[in-house]
Amino acid sequence: MSDLTKLSAVEIAGLVASGETSAVEVTQAHLDRIGAVDDRVHAFLHVDTEGALAAARAVDERRAAGDELGPLAGVPVAVKDVLTTKGVPTTVGSKILEGWRPPYDSTIVERLRAAGTVMLGKTNMDEFAMGSSTEYSAYGPTRNPWDTDRIPGGSGGGSAAALAAYEAPLSIGSDTGGSIRQPGAVTGTVGAKPTYGGTSRYGLVAFSSSLDTPGPCARTVLDAALLHEVIGGHDPRDSTSIPAPVPDVVAAARLGATGDLTGVKLGMVTEFIGEGAEPGVMAAFRDAAEALAKLGAEIVEVSCPHFKYALPAYYLIAPSECSSNLARFDGVRFGLRVGDDGNRSLEEVMSLTREAGFGPEVKRRIMIGTYALSSGYYDAYYGQAQKVRTLITRDFTSAFEQVDALISPTTPFVAFPLGSRTADPYQMYLADLFTIPTNLYGGPAISVPCGLSDGLPVGFQIMAPTMADDRMYRIAAALESAVGTLTPPTI
Amino acid sequence: MTTTLPAYDEVVARFEPVIGLETHVELGTNTKMWCGCPTDFGGEPNTRVCPVCLGLPGSLPVANKAAIEATIRIGLALNCSIAEWCRFARKNYFYPDMPKNFQISQYDEPLCFDGYLDVEVNGELVRIGIERVHLEEDTGKTLHVGGATGRIHGATESLVDYNRAGIPLVEIVTKPIPGTGALAPEVARAYVAELRDVIRSLGVSDVRMEEGSLRCDVNTSLNRPGEEWGTRTETKNVNSLRSVERAVRSEMLRQASVLEAGGRITQETRHFHEDTGDTTSGRSKETATDYRYFPEPDLVPLAPDTAWVAELKAALPELPRLRRKRIQQEWGLSDLDMQSVVNAGAVELIEATVAAGTTPAAARKWWLGELSRRANETGVELADVGATPAQVAELQGLVDAGKLNDKLARTVLEGVVAGEGSPTEIMTNRNLEVVSDTGALTAAVDEAIAANPDVADKIRSGKVAAAGALVGAVMKTTRGQADAKTVRELILARLGA
Repeated sequence: MSDLTKLSAVEIAGLVASGETSAVEVTQAHLDRIGAVDDRVHAFLHVDTEGALAAARAVDERRAAGDELGPLAGVPVAVKDVLTTKGVPTTVGSKILEGWRPPYDSTIVERLRAAGTVMLGKTNMDEFAMGSSTEYSAYGPTRNPWDTDRIPGGSGGGSAAALAAYEAPLSIGSDTGGSIRQPGAVTGTVGAKPTYGGTSRYGLVAFSSSLDTPGPCARTVLDAALLHEVIGGHDPRDSTSIPAPVPDVVAAARLGATGDLTGVKLGMVTEFIGEGAEPGVMAAFRDAAEALAKLGAEIVEVSCPHFKYALPAYYLIAPSECSSNLARFDGVRFGLRVGDDGNRSLEEVMSLTREAGFGPEVKRRIMIGTYALSSGYYDAYYGQAQKVRTLITRDFTSAFEQVDALISPTTPFVAFPLGSRTADPYQMYLADLFTIPTNLYGGPAISVPCGLSDGLPVGFQIMAPTMADDRMYRIAAALESAVGTLTPPTI
Repeated sequence: MTTTLPAYDEVVARFEPVIGLETHVELGTNTKMWCGCPTDFGGEPNTRVCPVCLGLPGSLPVANKAAIEATIRIGLALNCSIAEWCRFARKNYFYPDMPKNFQISQYDEPLCFDGYLDVEVNGELVRIGIERVHLEEDTGKTLHVGGATGRIHGATESLVDYNRAGIPLVEIVTKPIPGTGALAPEVARAYVAELRDVIRSLGVSDVRMEEGSLRCDVNTSLNRPGEEWGTRTETKNVNSLRSVERAVRSEMLRQASVLEAGGRITQETRHFHEDTGDTTSGRSKETATDYRYFPEPDLVPLAPDTAWVAELKAALPELPRLRRKRIQQEWGLSDLDMQSVVNAGAVELIEATVAAGTTPAAARKWWLGELSRRANETGVELADVGATPAQVAELQGLVDAGKLNDKLARTVLEGVVAGEGSPTEIMTNRNLEVVSDTGALTAAVDEAIAANPDVADKIRSGKVAAAGALVGAVMKTTRGQADAKTVRELILARLGA
């Protein structure tokens, strides 16, 4: 049954539950697919063949024993290598953690296991989730299944490419400035950033603590919602986790799929629909907005005047937090250690380890952040950026007094050729121009495929108020019902 | 560098000291500040650790509510205002005993601020301003192997034990304390002693300086009268009350000699040496370390409910200074006697001994006499001398029951301090009980009479006072275990006097 890899998670779960196929069969089909295509895609850093088959067998045994299975039992999932997995290598795409096998599972992975999903392995990413193309992975780039000479987005390019290459029906990403949504957009898949605090960060190797948000990636909106439901919800081990139930995202996705948006008011962000985006991207976005209007949505323009400061504010806040979060990678307790020859001082060993273990983009951000937090500059940089963050949050809250959700293209441009933006960090940073404001605010946002531009996928972004993740899924599912899903070329 | 230090009274005649104290107290919570690992002292290295207190990638802190409560109670006991809203902050610096290479602490938003503590020095009340009380995490411990100094420089290997990493630590910082003159060393000591008593009375820490659950840094500066305050030094490694006093005094003398010679004081950390009573230069602080403090993004702000804080305030125990006043009255002690009890660190010990059934006078006698002497000899705090209030009460009970005389009781107490067991066990095991059984004593008495016929004759002839010599002889043969009164009666009866 080679077409098992083409099915949605809902379909796979249904077949496993009814006994028409087994979890082992499903898992093997995906492992075979990975074996067949991943040398060209490089979505995975580590494939846990044995662990996956063992998890699949456990699901099959539970089914045989008559246990009630969860809605995603037996469905394979690929996990971004930013989440700790007990005994399974976790590198964060960095040489500094090469060979590290964490002694504990992240909360997300723990919940995935408890739900009976089958973890196939760990996906490639820009080192420490810093990047928009997965080219900053220390283990080589991931390629876009739509055109393997192009980038799959980043930082979670591996998780998105695994979906588009049919190596996995579901994957987990993490979104600090767009790392779920932008890869979703450029690979023609669905990527959702939940409300900050709606998914646990425990076991998510931190890049920027106040922004990092793990979330679901899938080929359909309903699949993403099902995965969101499994991984979301309060976690007492994460102090910033919201102590409230997950909004009913699955019901919202089903409601949206009926294609009725009567009474829903959407705001196109004025600042994001003018300059900055490619014409092909804008055309696909406008067509999709039309389609939503046909479903009954009222569409207006809403100005968010401070969004233009989001990128500079983000590139002070995120590096500042990263400079502190990444201090622990010093070769003392885990991971890489360089220069420990019995003659060098501890300080030298720490320096050599960090020099060898971190790539250039990570070093750039550590240096920016160290500078921005230093005494005498704190107020001018970190302090000022926090004020901008407050203003952006106000833009969102006042926008949501006028509309139910904001919409924009997910990213200004379609997948660009490998190597075309690595020489100029600013050109790379622009990929997240439209996604970053939401991270600064903390609300949920999703990227849904809305068409093609020059044969490459375009993403449509829906941004909702905090804890209104359900509303976001409803609109996303409605859009999907109107424009359909995208089918990547066969690899 | 040997310089002749000026005399202390000359120093205080020419200079005015300003002191300040930073005290770290390890809280006695069951679990660590950010995780569920146990906090008890000891344990094999790196056995009380988890991903959180090891700072493993992906781990996150969750604040310990009991530690927050304890900190607020300390703040309230020190008359502080409690912040309605405050945050933890990261203090960034690289050191291998800091698992994350940053310490979660508090910076410009301490949980408690602007309080005071009244301490008594020579019968005078001195009000010490409290700048702030904040909560942070302790670091691990590094052991530097090889090299001469035991410090990181020159060591061939460093071993780190993270058992202590993440234990909640409260930092209490005084405002600068000027105007204490010659009494500065005693004020410093009295403050730390009072602070320790306050914290102990709250039951939030065992505040043992020798185990490091109370650690003290002493800031000292000197200025000539009428001039601005001088440059201060921060003396670390001050591990007992006595050392607090000695460290201030030693630093005053050293700074005075530098200033007298026309030198200037370097702002630096100095290390106190228990053996010599001197301080030596540590790290210079003139190029201040930039800790790049910023609000801890992994934790939510602290906003203690005002009703909760009011409840905690209402439930504070009687503070030690007030309790001492009350106890002094109850025990009927003069100011001077009470002062010696306080100075000996014996208030709680005597109180507990009295609670166990001993009279205040008897309890005071043991703690201030035999046991204080012993503590001084061995250089430990009285509370750590090796005897507990319950044991002292038991000992006095044996004396009251006539089973031990004063001399035997001292011998038994030595056994208690040596860890031989309870007073009753020691008395029995070492066969020290007073012999008052007349049958057993008659033989010894007869023997003494036979050996001293002259004395016996004197007694027979009515010189009863001569009996003392025979009593002494009997006591000698019974190794002091006889009851002297009984012996005397027996002798007189035997000789028909």
